Amino acid sequence: MPKSERRKQVETVVTYPLDWIEERTGWVGAIKYFLFRKVPSRTNWFHTLGSATLTAFLVQAITGIILAMYYKPDPDSAYESIQFITNDLTWGWLVRGMHRFGASVFIILMFFHMARVFLFGAYKYPREVNWMVGAALLILGMFEGFTGYLLPWDQTSYWASVVGINITGTGPFVGPFLANILKAGAEIDGNTLSRFYSIHMLVLPAAIAGLILLHLWLVIRLGVSNPPWGPQPEEMDEDDEAPARQGLVQPTPRSNGK
Amino acid sequence: MDQSEHVPEQHAQVLSLWPIGVAVGVAFALVGLLVSWWIVAVGAVIIVLFGTAWIYDVTRDRRPQPVAAAGPPAAGEQIERASVVEHETSRKGFLSAMTLGLGAAIGAIVTIPPLVFAGLPPFKKNQGFFDVDVDLGPLRDFEEGQWLVTHFNMNPALGDVAERTAYVRFNGDLEGEPSFTIISNRCVHLGCPVQANGPMTPEQKRTYAGGRRLVTFTPVLPAGGFGCPCHGGQYDTEGNRTAGPPVRALDRWAYKVVDGRLRLVGAYSVNEVEGTGKDANIGKYRLAQPGIHVDGVEQILYPFIPPS
Repeated sequence: MPKSERRKQVETVVTYPLDWIEERTGWVGAIKYFLFRKVPSRTNWFHTLGSATLTAFLVQAITGIILAMYYKPDPDSAYESIQFITNDLTWGWLVRGMHRFGASVFIILMFFHMARVFLFGAYKYPREVNWMVGAALLILGMFEGFTGYLLPWDQTSYWASVVGINITGTGPFVGPFLANILKAGAEIDGNTLSRFYSIHMLVLPAAIAGLILLHLWLVIRLGVSNPPWGPQPEEMDEDDEAPARQGLVQPTPRSNGK
Repeated sequence: MDQSEHVPEQHAQVLSLWPIGVAVGVAFALVGLLVSWWIVAVGAVIIVLFGTAWIYDVTRDRRPQPVAAAGPPAAGEQIERASVVEHETSRKGFLSAMTLGLGAAIGAIVTIPPLVFAGLPPFKKNQGFFDVDVDLGPLRDFEEGQWLVTHFNMNPALGDVAERTAYVRFNGDLEGEPSFTIISNRCVHLGCPVQANGPMTPEQKRTYAGGRRLVTFTPVLPAGGFGCPCHGGQYDTEGNRTAGPPVRALDRWAYKVVDGRLRLVGAYSVNEVEGTGKDANIGKYRLAQPGIHVDGVEQILYPFIPPS
């Protein structure tokens, strides 16, 4: 059915601002490139674990930013400020709960995502670097959990940090020095608290965000891997099973003498 | 401009890295004008040295070539070398190197101070935490053979994090000097507080406020030695490890008796205690962090211990 005159007008009105932006920035094309990619036909729910992990990180980032508006990283007031957030502030219990339990969700989802990648063989050529970036993200995420645990400044968090820092201190050769750097001195005190707070909310989130961008970029560049039960290349139909990037199923030999 | 026209000109150009040195010399000279004539002199020397090299470099084409280069050409090799020289001295290559070098220098200038600021202050000695001189009161308050859970604050300004606990026992006199066993409650596995394996009598708790800090004493009967709640480390009443993951004996406090009062003056680590009470033979070591071997073959893993 041919488009009516009215519909053409509407389309023009809708697409005009998009065209305006696209012509000047290329953002529309970039978003299309990001969203409308070819993926293997036999993907399933396990492939959503990565974006679930990303969502968990975003929840941590947003709730953490808001919590930082009320939390006081000082030995005299840290515990009281958290009691105030939990008991007195409107929906403070909810946002703190999201951050506290979301931390466990984030770590658990990272492990599930890693298990999916491992069991599907999705870490193999050419995706090794993305596995390494993911391993770095896992380490930084666990470090987030460790530094965040001290912030309530109660007996549990204090002694957990004592044990965690002393485990670091038993590392051969450099362990005692790393422990001092973590403690901001020879003993755990208020300087340790503010140091952990800074690492927890500034250093690590920035590093994690940067690595996530790299992680996503590599996913987009390399495409989603074919699951083990997916069609093998010889069974593939030219049209609908073509990989997102031709080079991935027919890689050029890395030393072909040319 | 057409590219093919431009290329032959580039061949004739000889670009040099020496001007960077000249620029450094100029910087030295300008700073020297503000600071010291000696620095002006250093700058002048740098300018002369690098300027000479620069002039030598850019006039190379106009001077007679060395004999070896003018000799019979080893054709392929000669051409290759010439192209390399061309590449190294091109304007593009020079600017790329300058951008990278300046970027690295700026990055270092911006990054190094924060890293040093984050990493080195933790190793500064005497940060005021261990103002170790804790007055535990007159000797007559200590009953021979009785264990006391002794609680004190190392630095009240720091609040609860400076709270420390020791297990104190008066052993009677040894060669006319009063002898004490004063064991730190910090587990040498990973630093949790060890507990006495035996009944405490909180109703007999007493306090001593004669010193600058309040000290509390609670009698206890550690019949089963000391045990750590975190990972199950067990120690006997001299602090020797009897079971579990700890790597040495419990740390001890050093003490001295001044004007009839017991004072804590520091702490040290112990590998093993032979004997008991006032006859104990204590293997003393510099205070080390929990979990670190102070003796045996494992000590080579910890050659440097930061000050504590």
